Amino acid sequence: MAMQYSEAVMDHFTNPRNVGEIECASGCGTVGNAVCGDIMRIYLDIDDDGVIRDAKFKTFGCGAAIATSSMATELVKGKTVQQALEVTNKAVMEALDGLPPVKVHCSLLAEEAIHAALWDYAEKNGLKIEGLEKPVSDISEHDHGHVELVENEDEL
Amino acid sequence: MTDRLIYLDNASTTPLRKEALDAMMPYLTTEFGNPSSLYPMGHHAENAVAEARDTLASLIGAKSSEVFFTSSGSESDNWALKGFAHANKGKGNHIITSAIEHHAVLHACQALEKDGFEVTYLPVDAEGLVRPADFEAAIREDTILASVMMANNEIGTIEPIAELAKIAHEHGVAFHTDAVQAFGHVPIDVDEMGIDMLSSSAHKLGGPKGVGLLYIRRGIKVDNLIDGGQQERGRRAATENVAGIVGYAKAAELAWNEMDAEHDRQLALRDHAIKRILAEIPHSKLNGSWESRLANNVNFSFEFIEGEGMLLQLAAKGLCTSSGSACTSGSLDPSHVLLAIGLPHEIAHGSLRATIGRDTTMEDIDYMVDSLAATLRNLRMMSPLYEDFERGNYDSIIAGYAADGMKNVHA
Repeated sequence: MAMQYSEAVMDHFTNPRNVGEIECASGCGTVGNAVCGDIMRIYLDIDDDGVIRDAKFKTFGCGAAIATSSMATELVKGKTVQQALEVTNKAVMEALDGLPPVKVHCSLLAEEAIHAALWDYAEKNGLKIEGLEKPVSDISEHDHGHVELVENEDEL
Repeated sequence: MTDRLIYLDNASTTPLRKEALDAMMPYLTTEFGNPSSLYPMGHHAENAVAEARDTLASLIGAKSSEVFFTSSGSESDNWALKGFAHANKGKGNHIITSAIEHHAVLHACQALEKDGFEVTYLPVDAEGLVRPADFEAAIREDTILASVMMANNEIGTIEPIAELAKIAHEHGVAFHTDAVQAFGHVPIDVDEMGIDMLSSSAHKLGGPKGVGLLYIRRGIKVDNLIDGGQQERGRRAATENVAGIVGYAKAAELAWNEMDAEHDRQLALRDHAIKRILAEIPHSKLNGSWESRLANNVNFSFEFIEGEGMLLQLAAKGLCTSSGSACTSGSLDPSHVLLAIGLPHEIAHGSLRATIGRDTTMEDIDYMVDSLAATLRNLRMMSPLYEDFERGNYDSIIAGYAADGMKNVHA
């Protein structure tokens, strides 16, 4: 089944922004699992004012998974923790000029990875971030569980 | 992007050979008549189809009256399985096939299960081979048909067809083989191999898309799949794809004439690719058998990466290849073939298939391996699994295989 990616997706896949790790990151979150074929890890460097100074990612996954990780890290940089919560999967998809239907779950995973990193930051600092719920798709907790993230199974 | 284009997906389809196109052209232009028509242009078309049938029949040691043209390998598989099952329902209810068949066979079997037939899907060994002992053990009193592919489309494993057919016949079971990947690549003789039905498709061997054949041994009862006119001696209705059939025969004739030389040439390219990858790319595993393998097939799993990303990066370098990754199939599960040979999902997602063709050169193979090595370095640098592996927090599956003494892996 041939599938067409937008130019923005191909650009972020071919030249991904913010690949890497952050030593002593303020927060780090990993979601997805290798069995499903997608793992995203996002590192955040957050300053004392709660502003995200830097974001890095590592992703095991398809072109869309890498592109959404790249875009998600771009979108959260310079934002406050509260503003970063507004970087939803829809925002990531819009910034990439859309994703093929079967790839929508990649953008959900990117949103989840940001939330996981923010959750880690909040836990490390004993903070409560308004509107942030404990991420569910962590590899340490879930086995083959992110299937339900696909919006419409008929699109598979 | 690059202007370079290296096509290494010949198991998917092949370019139409010039000689086949030339043979087809008259039937697409001036000689456009319907073979059923009574005027000379109809006779010309009818004769062209008859000649093509004679050619294809003789290549596989069949009689012309045993060769029926269809629209595709998939149609041939469906016709063989459904047509035979329904025509022989009175004799029994059980069919045997393998877990690594093409979906045209597997889904036809599933459709037959809905119609009340019982199907055994035989497991394969780690190299993708059906074990003859398993095959014999699966045969029951009510088994009427067995269908095992001649060579697998993903991993290139060549199955012991003659041995399986012999066992089937000892128990009065008819034997069908999906020879879509093998046809034109390895010698086939339906009598020597004991094949009762055989499916093939033209576009896998330099012929056009949209034409296939089903060989049906004389005396084998098969119901029609497509009813209508009296074409194909009343067995398969529809106006003949005259040009396609002519191109098919031409491509097959050339493939048979060149088979020995081309097989050896492709074998050298294949083995060069396999040896270089195993030597130069760590965390890799050859999928399938090295010994019982099509000369055009290279299939590897690479750990810590996912196949679609690899294919896209290779495509940006001008390389056309394929993967058994779920992301390239439109489903959540990786290839059923890779799972059947025992690969866990993690490394089944990271598979690459490169299939060599008549135009492939040694330079192409070296470029492919060089590009692959660079692509994998790049993707692994991005991979959280590789990061964990390097920090000692993740156990390599392939290293585990190597420790267990598995052949053809680079840990």
